[in-house]
Amino acid sequence: MAQGILVVVNQEEGRVRRVAYELLSLAQSLASGQVTALTFGPDAENTRESLGRYGADRVVFLSGPAYQAYSSDGFAQAVAAVVSTIDPQALFFPATAWGRDLAPRVAGLIGAGLASDCTEVHVRDDGRLGAVRPMYAGKVYARVAIDSPRQIFSLRPNIQTVVETGRSAEVVAVDPGLDASTFQAVVTEVKQSQGGQVELTEADIIVSGGRGIKAPENFKVLEELADALGAALGSSRPVADEGWVPHSYHIGQTGKVVSPTVYFAVGISGAIQHLAGISGSKYIVAINSDPDAPIFKAANYGIVGDLFQVVPALAQAIREVKKDA
Amino acid sequence: MKILVLVKQVPDTATKIRVNAGDTVIQTDGVKWVINPYDEFAIEECLRLRERFGGEVVVLTLGPKRVEEAIRQALAMGADRAIHLDSDRELDSQAAARVLARACQDEGFDLIMTGKQAVDDDQAQVGPLVAVELGLPQVTVVLTLEVDPEARRIRAERELEGASEWVSLPMPAVITAQRGLNEPRYPTLPNIMKAKKKEVKVIAVESLGVPLDPWVRVEAFSLPPERPAGKILTGDPVEVAQELARLLHEEAKVI
Repeated sequence: MAQGILVVVNQEEGRVRRVAYELLSLAQSLASGQVTALTFGPDAENTRESLGRYGADRVVFLSGPAYQAYSSDGFAQAVAAVVSTIDPQALFFPATAWGRDLAPRVAGLIGAGLASDCTEVHVRDDGRLGAVRPMYAGKVYARVAIDSPRQIFSLRPNIQTVVETGRSAEVVAVDPGLDASTFQAVVTEVKQSQGGQVELTEADIIVSGGRGIKAPENFKVLEELADALGAALGSSRPVADEGWVPHSYHIGQTGKVVSPTVYFAVGISGAIQHLAGISGSKYIVAINSDPDAPIFKAANYGIVGDLFQVVPALAQAIREVKKDA
Repeated sequence: MKILVLVKQVPDTATKIRVNAGDTVIQTDGVKWVINPYDEFAIEECLRLRERFGGEVVVLTLGPKRVEEAIRQALAMGADRAIHLDSDRELDSQAAARVLARACQDEGFDLIMTGKQAVDDDQAQVGPLVAVELGLPQVTVVLTLEVDPEARRIRAERELEGASEWVSLPMPAVITAQRGLNEPRYPTLPNIMKAKKKEVKVIAVESLGVPLDPWVRVEAFSLPPERPAGKILTGDPVEVAQELARLLHEEAKVI
């Protein structure tokens, strides 16, 4: 009988993202049976120690010549081969750009139901796994059941807690016997964006600007605050649509959906689409000159005032608090 | 080039979501229905490819009678004809993908496009699942698309976290569109008139002989908890800034 959970993650240069540890910790707390981590590519073996530390009982490394460059169709076939060897009851993927590309491909290939971008996975009364996932960008949450024999979940980063269990993972050899020349869609080049900006969906603190900043050059006021906080920069939709910042900054229902510890909304009125995208934030801080702006209804803390006076003062005050701490 | 675009009709993003008393159904009375915003980028890209290379753009939509409005709008943007898969049933992503794949498998499309996700269920599965059903490669969340119909090759740039990657693949293929790919056009009045005469083939989903029972089922909906009333500060900018920094440090303990 199928049992245990297969956690499928990617790695770069022997390092995995924090979400991998979140998935392993969660899998270990839920699994009846072993938790197996699967990762790909050169240096995959270097992740063995850390994957074990956060909950992997076993690891499968696909580091052969077929797995040097990502291929959605090729890697999906490889996951399917590992599934038929390991026979897990469930699969976990990170709901990252990588996981959201691969998970549905695997779901189609092995014939299993997939719940995307879950914020919770739990054991149901019948012993199977169930999940909670946001819909409409977080305007509503759905409790979902997956009725297929095998179940697949992709999990939103930054939600689950990480627990060190200090296991030492056993290596399981699996050879899917695939030839890279049969892979169709293959990554040929990865381009890092400039500035080394912290990814919004993984950021602990976000400073975000809206129309209230008035002109693109004024964004540097926010940069100063973000710098003081060690925060990532985001924006409302109009600011991205105007081209003041790249589209990748846009937070909301048709942009990024974020779940930081603290979200600073500066000069953002709080349209319903934007509020949906930030509803997963633990704390929302609003700075706006309009006391009636809807953002204040969503905010834990707020300042009514001129952002061009408040934000530099806040950056200074935060630097002082941090210096004393 | 023969191009297919998968279009879903969804509630406008300005919709406030309400659920019924049993928390099992999202209320749709009074909802304004629109084309999924990401599907608009897909439609626009298909139209640009046809304008450059010739051929036709076919719209494929699944849903009840109300989706005719979305179909007419896609035709008014410039698509050539449409297929409406008519069903009142809520299908999960896999059943929807099976139905969509069955309806288009004999047409021999060179390229299939859709949005990176629908902004109602946010599953982001139908594109890749249709690709698997048809045995085609995929690229999702595409920012830049380069198509070479002669060589039958595609290069696509897809968005990653703080980065992007270029993917090379053969045609036919499934591509899902991200914001930034293009700026969708508005239908012109003459095109809205022309759209009324374009062919819309209606197929009853039940007639396709595809299993429709869902694997993924919503058992209950819940609305996010209301946030408690916040502390809103007014007054001297320097003083309120210092007070906020103190609250974040001592009360919320987040800095």
